[in-house]
Amino acid sequence: MSLLRVENVSKQFGSLIAVDGVSMTVEPGELRAIIGPNGAGKTTFFNLISGFLTQTSGRIVFEDDDISELLPARRVWRGIARTFQITEVFPELSVRENLRTAVEVAAGFRLSPWLSGDADGEIRARVTELMDMGGLAEKADRLVGELAHGDQRATEIMMALALKPRLLLLDEPTAGMGDQETYDITQLIRKLHRDQKLTIVLIEHDMRVVFHLADRIMVLAEGKMLAEGTPQDIAANEAVQAAYLGKTAA
Amino acid sequence: MDAPNLNKQIPSIVVWLLLLAMPYWLPAIGGYVELGSEVVVLGLAAMALNFLLGYTGVLSFGHAAYFGLGAYGAAMTIRYLVPSTGLGIVVGIVVGTVAAAIIGPLIIRLRGVYFAMVTIAFGQVFYFIAFRWNNVTGGDDGLTGWTRLPLHFGFATIDIQNNPNAFYYLVLALFAVSVGVMAWLLRSPFGRTLIAIRENERRARFLGIPVDQHIWMSWVISCGFVSLAGALYALLNNFVDPRALYWTQSGDFVIMAVLGGMRSFWGPLIGAAIYVVLRDYLSSQTENWQSFIGLFFVLVVLFFPRGVLGMIRRKVMS
Repeated sequence: MSLLRVENVSKQFGSLIAVDGVSMTVEPGELRAIIGPNGAGKTTFFNLISGFLTQTSGRIVFEDDDISELLPARRVWRGIARTFQITEVFPELSVRENLRTAVEVAAGFRLSPWLSGDADGEIRARVTELMDMGGLAEKADRLVGELAHGDQRATEIMMALALKPRLLLLDEPTAGMGDQETYDITQLIRKLHRDQKLTIVLIEHDMRVVFHLADRIMVLAEGKMLAEGTPQDIAANEAVQAAYLGKTAA
Repeated sequence: MDAPNLNKQIPSIVVWLLLLAMPYWLPAIGGYVELGSEVVVLGLAAMALNFLLGYTGVLSFGHAAYFGLGAYGAAMTIRYLVPSTGLGIVVGIVVGTVAAAIIGPLIIRLRGVYFAMVTIAFGQVFYFIAFRWNNVTGGDDGLTGWTRLPLHFGFATIDIQNNPNAFYYLVLALFAVSVGVMAWLLRSPFGRTLIAIRENERRARFLGIPVDQHIWMSWVISCGFVSLAGALYALLNNFVDPRALYWTQSGDFVIMAVLGGMRSFWGPLIGAAIYVVLRDYLSSQTENWQSFIGLFFVLVVLFFPRGVLGMIRRKVMS
């Protein structure tokens, strides 16, 4: 069973067709990268999968259930978590509070007016575990809005991870980062994929990151799928080189 | 979120001591006990508004509707149904809360200024009903011909009718319960989802929080406590008129919250105290007292955007 099947999905804004009949199948445990020039429709495609936008036509199937019409929160409950191109965190809360909120919601306590001591202990332990994994332990009580960009991004990824997703969508996880930060985030993603067998789909502009991480790559251009295959296939694909890689190399 | 240390508790301790002793020190500095009751009642209303404004990030300009419904609910119960202060308070809370629960689903999808405008519109509907329905509500003249009555328990009677101190402590007890419940909710997982919505609605949604549902709950809780404040306000004055429902009353609650500091738990109470005391003093000096309150408000917003309490906090921290 495929984890995610996107079937011939399109999204139209007025006369602009941002995503034009794109299909994609993601297998469990896979790390899929989506690349393409600016304006190719990559983020719109992500927004359709996560429910931030609703498709004009086509179908999205997750674990054999049609989720095309579900609200974002319900897709999260089914196991789809995402991050955003522009980091979305709770800036005036500490790292610990950011993660705690995510962990509590994931544990089903979003409506609870109180927590038992046991539940509280488990939540604290999980928060600590996530902070350690994301390299955030030393910054636990700093406000996220005051942290460096890379740490904000790590916090966002850890919040998504707190949801115990079966599919993690990362929209340009290394956007706007320096070399060291890019390396750290890449290692983190690699660890999640390798050690936790997490299925990840990511949009990325940095080709080093893409070719380092991805099992398979899908190339979008002008809303359409241009090519799909292993990193070797994509690197050798002439249409891709013409439309995209050639431009970046030049 | 972690073990509360003593420093953080100091403001709360100071506030409670001042409130508990108010009937003793307020007259000594030229006030009177009813003024203290009014501060606590309007403080409760402003803190209830702030549950929604400061902790969920949703601005309502129509809270007077539920304040007024609470007031009319209490007054009309005592006037027409049963001469019981306790029942009047209960009916006031129920009427205001139920109205908020019903109106909620119609407005919670709206955000920002659209939400604020629609809350005003709904508020005005209740205002005009109270204003026009002369033979039941007393219309523009207000509803008179009733007073709050002593509370009868099996073993004792508390004369809140004639003893202003007794009434003050009744108000303070209900205030304490309300504020306690709000503080406790804000420290719970549910409360953290509200703060999450305030901080970043998009992130909250993509954590799996059904944002509209949580805003509805916050709205109903906030309006419920405002209804209680309204019921107490009617009892305090032994009178209610349509101005309790008018949109400028909603604006006063927002002013109190912002004046005191909407990011501080106690801020709106401080704001209400400043508002009530300034009004009491200024209105004895000039008819144009609102201009001065307005000027003061503008100065606070310009120079202390986090409100009076926010400013004090910053001074203490640095």
